[in-house]
Amino acid sequence: MKNEEHQVVPYRTYAMILLLLLGLTFLSVAITRIELGRLTVAGALILASVKATLVLAYFMHLKFDKPYIRIMVAFVFLMFAAVLAVTMLDYVFIR
Amino acid sequence: MAHAVYHVEHDDPEGSKIGMWLFIFTELLLFGGLFIIYSVYRYLNQEAFHLAAEELNTATGTVNTVILLVSSMTMAMSTTSLRKNQKKMTLGLLTTTFVLGLIFLVNKYVEWGVKFHHGIFPGSESMKELMGQGEILFFGLYFTMTGLHALHIVVGMVIMGFAFVDVRRGKVDANRASLLENAGLYWHLVDLIWIFLFPLFYLIT
Repeated sequence: MKNEEHQVVPYRTYAMILLLLLGLTFLSVAITRIELGRLTVAGALILASVKATLVLAYFMHLKFDKPYIRIMVAFVFLMFAAVLAVTMLDYVFIR
Repeated sequence: MAHAVYHVEHDDPEGSKIGMWLFIFTELLLFGGLFIIYSVYRYLNQEAFHLAAEELNTATGTVNTVILLVSSMTMAMSTTSLRKNQKKMTLGLLTTTFVLGLIFLVNKYVEWGVKFHHGIFPGSESMKELMGQGEILFFGLYFTMTGLHALHIVVGMVIMGFAFVDVRRGKVDANRASLLENAGLYWHLVDLIWIFLFPLFYLIT
């Protein structure tokens, strides 16, 4: 029978991840209060990406899933990044 | 024996999971397109987006972020309690998640209501008089993207409702957790999108 050992993630882990996510949220609010121009945008987006990674890895269980699911998800995000980058190249260099 | 018909209910947790992820990919591309539109318009109208974003209330956005993050945790915890056969705990956590989703929507309703009151809504005449093209674009994207996101919250809550009923009936349990886990994946997707909407609209001014 398929009674493969399903990894049960303890409540504690989820609570810790939530604390991390909340900390990063308040950090990004604090950072964007300071006027840093372009750095503000970069800082806020980097923090958002870290938060997204935490949600994907722990809440969405990717950390405990088989590698091929992780590869699929990573591929979709990379494809989105590539499309965004190519689109922006058009506007930055052609206009 | 030879005539006996066995109806074996097909249960394939891994298949369900992959199916859900494939669906999530289409959702990511749907919002991805909107994020690309946002990036291009922001690049072309930097000053206007800067001014328009100041109109949004950072406190409201932060409160809604906290609500969604907490709800994502309670949702994730409900899958743990299901695996541990703690049915009451699972139902309690699902209810908590549902209520948090509802509070998020109420906040959104109030937030939009205030904007409408100030004459900021799609097709508003006063916007055409008072604002430039870039600011109108910003608010167009704001209403489209947060509106589509709110619609996903509603859908997530409906799926959660189905999961709740089936957990209570015992159709979803520790050995057949797919429905609850997929409801969870969907809810976290909604959280994931908000994680990017929040800085793009409320923080970066």
